Amino acid sequence: MHLVLVGTSHHHAPVELRERVALDVEKARGVARDLGEAVCLSTCNRTELYVVAADAADAERHAVATLAALEPEVEHALYRLRDQAAALHLFRVAAGLDSLVPGEGEILGQVRAAYEAGTPGFLLDRVFRQALHAGRKVRAQTAIGESPASVSSAAAALAEQVFGKLDGCRILLIGAGKVGEQAARNLRTRGAEIALVANSKTGAEEIQRELGRVDVVVSSTTASGYLLDAATVEGARNGRQLLFIDLAVPRDLDPEIHELDGCYLYDIDDLQAIVSETLAGRRSEAVRAESIVATEAEKFHEWQASLDVVPAIASLRARAEEIREAELRKAEGLLGRLDDGERKAVESITAQIVNKLLHLPTVRMKQAAVSADGVIYAEAVRHLFGLGEDERH
Amino acid sequence: LAELLFWPVLLLYGEAAVGYFGEARRPGSAGRAATWGVRLGWLAQTALLAVQAAREDGFPWGTWAGSLNLFVWLVVGIYLIWGCRGAYRLLGLAVMPLAAVLLVVARAGGGTGIGTRSSYSNLFLVLHVGLVLVAFAGFTLASALSGLYLWQERRLKRRTTTILRRPAPSLATLDRLAARTVFFSLPPLTLGIAVGIERLVDRGERIDALVVATLVTWGVWVAYLVLRTLGWSGRRAAYLALAGFALVILVRLALPAVHFS
Repeated sequence: MHLVLVGTSHHHAPVELRERVALDVEKARGVARDLGEAVCLSTCNRTELYVVAADAADAERHAVATLAALEPEVEHALYRLRDQAAALHLFRVAAGLDSLVPGEGEILGQVRAAYEAGTPGFLLDRVFRQALHAGRKVRAQTAIGESPASVSSAAAALAEQVFGKLDGCRILLIGAGKVGEQAARNLRTRGAEIALVANSKTGAEEIQRELGRVDVVVSSTTASGYLLDAATVEGARNGRQLLFIDLAVPRDLDPEIHELDGCYLYDIDDLQAIVSETLAGRRSEAVRAESIVATEAEKFHEWQASLDVVPAIASLRARAEEIREAELRKAEGLLGRLDDGERKAVESITAQIVNKLLHLPTVRMKQAAVSADGVIYAEAVRHLFGLGEDERH
Repeated sequence: LAELLFWPVLLLYGEAAVGYFGEARRPGSAGRAATWGVRLGWLAQTALLAVQAAREDGFPWGTWAGSLNLFVWLVVGIYLIWGCRGAYRLLGLAVMPLAAVLLVVARAGGGTGIGTRSSYSNLFLVLHVGLVLVAFAGFTLASALSGLYLWQERRLKRRTTTILRRPAPSLATLDRLAARTVFFSLPPLTLGIAVGIERLVDRGERIDALVVATLVTWGVWVAYLVLRTLGWSGRRAAYLALAGFALVILVRLALPAVHFS
């Protein structure tokens, strides 16, 4: 059986093309059912079909046709991988190493959802379980997903560096810029609450009053001058510690505010510098993550290779057991004089002899399977021990 | 046996100190190794103290060097309450080098061996030395938390770009923990001083320089708590804690010659 992958991602297709082959969970479930033993992974960055079939070329043709039926143009942006390469790709995807932002955490959940919606048999079941394991291992053993990858999440993470848990923290949002709203949303998901959304109609007095009650100020207006200066902040904040996030260009907040004791002001450049640094950190962690993923892919390869020799090993052991039992039956006349304890000892000794004789050939066959000689060994064992000949004759 | 136990303790505390330097440069395995160094070192030191207690007739840490040994054990023990958590690992950078150095000083003074004797009674030593050392260990930890606060605040003020790659406990948490540690450490110091003064009065002895320095130290920590209720927090409170710690070190190291007999 072969594992076949056909798909496209942000590396190969622009968003205009990707969105035409994107599938929701129900459609992905239907596609997987139509393909037989298959899983369809569809996210905003990729649509991939994982199929298991005896005829890899045929399975690949079907998968390509399925995606081309959604959008004919996508055929030129498809990649096609098989067996170990397909498994390695899936492991990298689950670990976030193939993502637009290295190490992003959402993909692991999306892989799990795709697996649960698919129609996996024993091979797909194994490869997806191992991919999920690899993804979890990368997150546990590296810091690839620990630091924020966007300006808005960096702002929220900075607030946590000042205030700890943000439950109950109050935000003053000045202006309704898109980035400002994203930053506020990020803060809210961590427990903070918006105390006031100030716009051009909000009076200066109201803003100053709020400065004495809030913890974080996020500003993103199109005003041409400073909306708040250091003297105003110092007079209004009631000695409170404050974090100012200035996402506006030109800036809304006087840089002198940062010089006040207990006040921290970060503008868009400061946040972008932090994000660049964290992304660099993610890339350096990605090197460690790649090695973890490669190890997991190798384990999968060993397992898959062992499938070639497992039937031969099972037949060999069955044959040996058959001979052992037959010989014991032949010696029934002699063994009949033995008591139960002695009889059990004889059975145990003969079983041990068989096991010891077969142990090394079993190990060697599994080792040979990994180095692609497994099929030759399996055939040799079948030939030497006449396995399966009874059925053929 | 005490001699044999000293070296593993020093080795493990030293390993932890080096590990925390590694953690500050690149978070990960160095920090985990350092935490294990602290745990195992503290267990080894506990065994060392147990051996000392078993071999001595009375209170084995009555000398200044012996009390320093006990002090190190208390400091590391209190640190372990937080130190095992990932976010507080950097606190070890302030605590473990100090612990290793003080342990060496304690050994140089004969405080890690057997056979040191004090002329004071056991009950008095347990109450006076024990309580003062518990308090001093608490103040040491509070100062380490304050030091970490100042370091974290400096990173925020300098807008260090690596601040989210190497996150530390938040300013609010460090400030709150330092205050709480001082709050719980002051009563033992007050009691320990009271026991000592009561003995001085009983015997009609004169107040020496160490008693004065200890009273000043007590006053600084009382002021710390009072000022916090008046709104002092953050950087100012952290500097005051470090000033209090300087006095703790002065009392611990510079003046014992005039106090212990």
